Amino acid sequence: MGLISFLKEKFSKKKDEKVENYTEGMSKSRQNFSNKLNSLTKKYKKVNQEYFEELEEILIESDVGVKLTLRVIDEVLEESKKNKIYDVEEINEILIDHIFKDYMDKGEQLTDVRFVNNGPTVLLVVGVNGVGKTTTIAKLAKRYIDKGKSVLLVASDTFRAGASEQLQIWANRLNCDIVTGPYNSDPSSVAYDGLTKAKKENIDLVIIDVAGRLQNKTNLMDELSKLRRVIAKVIPEAPHETFLIIDATTGQNGVVQAKAFAEVTELTGVVITKMDGTSKGGIILAIRDELGVPVRFIGLGEKMDDLKEFDLESYIYGLCVEK
Amino acid sequence: MAFENLTEKLSRIFKKLRGQARLSESNMDEMLKEIRVALLEADVNYKVVKEFISSVKEKAIGQDVLTKLNPSQMITKIVHDELEELLGGGENEIQYQNNKPTVILLVGLQGSGKTTSAGKLAYLMKNKLHKKVLLAAGDVYRPAAIDQLKQIAKSIDVPVYSKGTDISPVQIAKEAKAEAFNNHYDVLIIDTAGRITIDEALMNELNEIKKEVNPDEILLLVDAMSGQDAVNVANAFNDLLSLTGIIMSKLDGDARGGAALSIRHMTGVPIKFSGIGEKVSDLDVFHADRMADRILGMGDVMTLVEKAQEEIDEKEAARAARKMMSGKFDLDDMLDQMRQVKKLGSLGGLLKLIPGAPKVSPEQIAAAEKEMKNFEIIINSMTFEERHNPEIFQYSRKIRVANGCGKQVSDVNRVLKKYESMKEMMKKMEQYKKSGRMPPNMGGLGGFGGF
Repeated sequence: MGLISFLKEKFSKKKDEKVENYTEGMSKSRQNFSNKLNSLTKKYKKVNQEYFEELEEILIESDVGVKLTLRVIDEVLEESKKNKIYDVEEINEILIDHIFKDYMDKGEQLTDVRFVNNGPTVLLVVGVNGVGKTTTIAKLAKRYIDKGKSVLLVASDTFRAGASEQLQIWANRLNCDIVTGPYNSDPSSVAYDGLTKAKKENIDLVIIDVAGRLQNKTNLMDELSKLRRVIAKVIPEAPHETFLIIDATTGQNGVVQAKAFAEVTELTGVVITKMDGTSKGGIILAIRDELGVPVRFIGLGEKMDDLKEFDLESYIYGLCVEK
Repeated sequence: MAFENLTEKLSRIFKKLRGQARLSESNMDEMLKEIRVALLEADVNYKVVKEFISSVKEKAIGQDVLTKLNPSQMITKIVHDELEELLGGGENEIQYQNNKPTVILLVGLQGSGKTTSAGKLAYLMKNKLHKKVLLAAGDVYRPAAIDQLKQIAKSIDVPVYSKGTDISPVQIAKEAKAEAFNNHYDVLIIDTAGRITIDEALMNELNEIKKEVNPDEILLLVDAMSGQDAVNVANAFNDLLSLTGIIMSKLDGDARGGAALSIRHMTGVPIKFSGIGEKVSDLDVFHADRMADRILGMGDVMTLVEKAQEEIDEKEAARAARKMMSGKFDLDDMLDQMRQVKKLGSLGGLLKLIPGAPKVSPEQIAAAEKEMKNFEIIINSMTFEERHNPEIFQYSRKIRVANGCGKQVSDVNRVLKKYESMKEMMKKMEQYKKSGRMPPNMGGLGGFGGF
């Protein structure tokens, strides 16, 4: 049984809320991808060179990246030749199988924040400018407040005008504790204050917001490694988690971003935001392929509850399979 | 770094071609394949890449390659011309109204940089074009967006028209326009909420703002990092609002901005500005030809020349050049030269503009900049006589200078060594001049390649 039929079966039985949400949030992306695959299926009875070129176009236009795309297509092409498979639908299943396997082979799959047994768990949130870090932090805070955890927000983005205020507003709405510092003050000192407070009050989860930075700005990346050192000074094993936030509309620079951030601060996860647009978020696959960092959460909408645990099966199902 | 950027990639491909006598179908194919991959990695839209490659191929095969140019120069030229055509064209200047405020509406996806760019535009128009500018805070949805705009506006001393968040953006735009009209502002820049194209309610709201204030310019912010979907986004905005221009944001990152190029090609909307840094002054008008140069690794010489003209004191430079050529070159001259270079901006930024500049890492650049700063400090601690006759330096003088500026004697020695090597280079240049040949490795910036 191919993966598609496996997934179809799985999801026809399990019509839970999660899947509904996924397919709803990703309906645009899904339509684009699966419509294209379907129209291909109708256009071609048998696969030929042209068919593979069109498959390549679909994957590249989903931001999967040229490197991974060429490799996967080559693999599928080879399998098709070897096993003499020329049926379009079967080829599509092989393709999706390969994408699925590629992701699974690259490392562990995690979603929820891993809490430490003693003392506060520290989550550092990084990313380039404008990807939705602050909003994602609010969503994460809500998730864990709802689960009965005590959460402290630390507004270490002292650089962008209005950033601290933005987080403050969220903290008020969520009725959540927050530590802020003056505009343009040292982000590390704000983090220091926050962590000291968290330790004293035995907070479960500390989420640290830092200013967005383009990964080629050496001084800002240096600042980030300093921040890490300061964090580790207050709580030795911290930060326990470092999430890189990436906008789903990002192209191949997303991989460059992930690599650059991974160099200065060990990344434990990726969160993809704005998946509710028309972008296909293929960068998920490209980053996993290059770095092996698992995608932890995925932002499917503007509502507070729209941050979902990343579920590869649902993702691929939403992306490739007709409803 | 995940991949080489397009510039590096193409220059490597061209290097491979160098030395080959002619363009054959086979070496062309290999190169075109690599150009294709490079363009796709730069997020240029798949369809645009396809058209681009086939048109380059057509032109390359049709042309007589065995003229004055070697094959790699030939391809460079063809690819460059093609790229420029892809990028350029269209009216890329803002048309200002004479007797009433010019109304500019900024639109774009969430996080594309609208609010920041609103501030940058205001700064550019106020300080460079001497316009009286009013900003309108139309993003009533994102928490603290208005605060952000107000903080930026305060830093550049431009007023903001804001009525808080309990009012519709359409109403704010309308009132702001009246305010701009009554108080004789030259320009009104309206910031709007970020949106996702499929959000019809917000898109309709934009349309209503458009109908209400009838803006002269509707500019779409495009993130240089956008992927393949950018074309669809731009199309959606363009279909609804008839855009008049594009602002590419975050071009100071290492993204090649291929998506924005595709947008230009697919929608026909001209790119008017590019965001090139985090400071409020970091907005530049967009130059298609230079962008093509840049993509091709030919450096952005025009920008460098312009920068140099703006910043370098010509008389001073001429005097220094004469002095250098005459072989009389002292520490003051070296300091002057360093200061002139520093005026142009960061070394890293400069190196990017110079064609064929050596590849250096950000760390090396940071180290070089620190070194230049140290040199300045050390030279400033010397006496007039020492600066003009560095030959008189002996150990005791070195100790005094080192103590005077809190450095080590070895640091002072480094300055003197650098001075000696630069002087040596001047001498060589003089000899080359006499022999009529150009020295190797002598860029326009004198001896600073050696840092």
